[in-house]
Amino acid sequence: MVKVFDCPKSLTDMPTHYCPGCTHGIIHRLIAEVIDELGIADKAVGVAPVGCAVLAYNYFVCDMQEAAHGRAPAVATGIKRVVPEGVVFTYQGDGDLASIGCAEIVHAAARGELITTVFVNNGIYGMTGGQMAPTTLPGDKTSTSPYGRDTKKQGFPIRVSEMLATLDGPAYIARVSVHNVANIVKAKRAIKKAFEYQIAGKGFTLVEVLSTCPTNWGLTPKESLEKVQRDMMPYFPLGDYKDIEAGEKK
Amino acid sequence: MKQRVLMKGNEAIAEAAIRAGCRFFFGYPITPQNELPEYMSRRLPEVGGTFVQAESEVSAINMVYGAAGAGARVMTSSSSPGISLKQEGISYMAGAQLPAVIVNIVRGGPGLGSIQPGQGDYFQSVKGGGHGDYRLVVLAPANLQEAVDLVTEAFDIADLYRNPVLILGDGLLGQMMEPVEFRQSTPRELPAKDWATTGLCNHNGQKNVINSLVLHAIDLEAHNIHLQEKYALIKVAEQKAELLHCDDAELVVVAYGSTARIVKTAIAQLRDQGHRVGLLRPISLWPFPEDAFAKVMPVAKDFLCVEMSAGQMVEDVKLVVNGARPVHFYGRMGGIVPTPNEIATQVLQIMGVK
Ligand SMILES: Cc1ncc(C[n+]2csc(CCOP(=O)(O)OP(=O)(O)O)c2C)c(N)n1
Ligand code: SF4
Ligand SMILES: [Mg+2]
Repeated sequence: MVKVFDCPKSLTDMPTHYCPGCTHGIIHRLIAEVIDELGIADKAVGVAPVGCAVLAYNYFVCDMQEAAHGRAPAVATGIKRVVPEGVVFTYQGDGDLASIGCAEIVHAAARGELITTVFVNNGIYGMTGGQMAPTTLPGDKTSTSPYGRDTKKQGFPIRVSEMLATLDGPAYIARVSVHNVANIVKAKRAIKKAFEYQIAGKGFTLVEVLSTCPTNWGLTPKESLEKVQRDMMPYFPLGDYKDIEAGEKK
Repeated sequence: MKQRVLMKGNEAIAEAAIRAGCRFFFGYPITPQNELPEYMSRRLPEVGGTFVQAESEVSAINMVYGAAGAGARVMTSSSSPGISLKQEGISYMAGAQLPAVIVNIVRGGPGLGSIQPGQGDYFQSVKGGGHGDYRLVVLAPANLQEAVDLVTEAFDIADLYRNPVLILGDGLLGQMMEPVEFRQSTPRELPAKDWATTGLCNHNGQKNVINSLVLHAIDLEAHNIHLQEKYALIKVAEQKAELLHCDDAELVVVAYGSTARIVKTAIAQLRDQGHRVGLLRPISLWPFPEDAFAKVMPVAKDFLCVEMSAGQMVEDVKLVVNGARPVHFYGRMGGIVPTPNEIATQVLQIMGVK
C-alpha cells in the first residue's frame, strides 16, 4: 500500500491545544512540511511567542526557545548570531509582533537579520480572551472594543507586510492565507521560499498568514474561514510585498 | 607574562570580558557606560566576535537571552534607566537558567536622574528587579583591578550555576583610569552546555528547549524549589568581602564599590588619630557576605553603613546584625560623592568623640 498522507516528521505526535477550527494548527503543519522538505530539522532553531502558540516549542521536532511577549525577533537575532549555520525562525501572533514587539520586528527586518518570521494575523488577542489587536478590523467587536473598533478612538489596523516591505533589510515579505486548500498550497510555497532565502543568506524573511480565531470571533469554524475571505482579505490583500529576486510589488 | 596597562573602567571591563571568552555583546547607548559598547564594537570583530547595537535595552537583553540559550558567552551593559528596561529579560533568563554577564554602571535616579555616580540601584540588583522569585549573583568592584578580576570570574560563576551575574559598578568606576593586569580566574570545573539550542545536529539529535513557562503549579513549584536550592549553594560558596582593620575595630563601616574607596581614606585618617575603626566591604552584594559579619561581631560595638543612596544596603546590614548592635547610616544622593571628612565626622559622632 502506498502512503499518500502522513504526519510531517518535524511535528511531534503531541496533540495540540488549539481550539477546533483554529488555523494555527495548519500553519504549524506547513512549517513542519517545509522543514522536512528542506531537510533542515537538525539545524533549525525555532522561537515560540507569547500568545496561543506559546506551547509551539512542544510541537516542533527541532531545538526551540520560548521568548518573552514580542521579543522573539531579538531572541532569534541572538541565536542566529551565535549559530550562523542554523536555520532560525520565529512564530508570532499579531499582538506579539505588531503591538508589544513592534520595535523588535521592525529592527530585525531593518538589520536584514537572517531569520524567518511566520506572522499569524488573526486580528485578535486569542490567548488572553479576545481583546482588540493592532490588526483588529475597523468596526469589529472584541472584548476591549465592545462597541466595535472605532478608528477615531482606537486607530487603524497596522498592515505589517506593507510596512516592513518599505525597508531595505528584508529579502522576502509575503501575505498569504490558509482559509482554503488553494491558499494553503500558496502559503506553503511562500513559507518554503522564506526559509530558502534565509538559507541562501539573502536577508530577512517574513510570511504573514491570515488566520482564524473561531473561539474569540464568536463564529463557527466555517464562518471564520468565510470571514477571512470576506473581511480580512480586502483590508490585508494577499501577495508578495517584497521579493528581492522579483522586484517590489507596486 | 605580567603586564599592567592603564585603562578606563568601562574599557577595562570590556577587555576583561573578551579575555574571559565573551564573543557576543548586545547593547544600547547610555551615559556613563558608552565606552563599554564602543570598545566592544571595535574589539569584538578583531577576535571573531559579534557586536550588535540593539534598538533598545529590551531588545538587547533578549538578544542576550537568545545567544546565551545557544550556548555563547555573552554580555550586555547599561546604566540605571536601561537596566530597568532589561528587568523583563533578566527575569526570563533567571527562569530559563541562562548564564550571562550584565553590567550596570549606575547613575543617579529615580527616573532620568543624572549621569553622576550613584548606588540607588542596590534594591533592584539584589532584591529582584524583575518579577518572580529569583536571584542574581551581584558583584560590586571597588577598583579597576578588582573589576577586571570579577568580570573574568563572573562568566565562570554564570556558567557554573546557569544564572545571570550582575556587575554593579557606578559612574565613578566606569569613568576613572587605573592600571590593570588581565589574569585568569581560579579555574573551576564547568559543566558542558549540552542544553544549548544549537540545532539537533550539534547534540546527538536530542531536542533542547530554552523556556521559563511551567504551566502546572506542581511543576512550577518544583522548578522554583530547584532554583532555591541552587541559590542556597551560591550563598555558601560565593560570598566575597574585604575586611580592613577589623581585628580590633569597635566601629565597623560597611560600604561597597566606589564609596568604600572614600571610606578607606576616612579610616586611614581616623586610625592615625588612634580610633579603632575598620571597614567591612561587601564584594558580593548577593550573596550578602554574612560570614564576614560573623567575623567582626565579637569586637564591633557599632556599624555605620555608608552609601550613595538614601539607605538600601543598610537594610541587609540590619538583617545580618539582627538587632545585636546599633546600625547607623550615612548617605548622599543625587550623584554627590561623600567626602572622607564627612564620613570621619559621622564616625566620631557615633564613637562619642568630640
Ligand atoms: C509582557 C506581557 N504582557 C502581556 C501578556 C499577556 N498576553 C499573553 S498572550 C497576549 C496576546 C497574544 O495575542 P497574539 O499575539 O495576537 O496571539 P494569538 O493568541 O492571537 O495567537 C497577551 C497580551 C504577557 N504574557 N506578557
Ligand atoms: S483562542 Fe483563537 S487563536 Fe487561540 S487556539 Fe483558540 S481559536 Fe486559535
Ligand atoms: Mg492574534
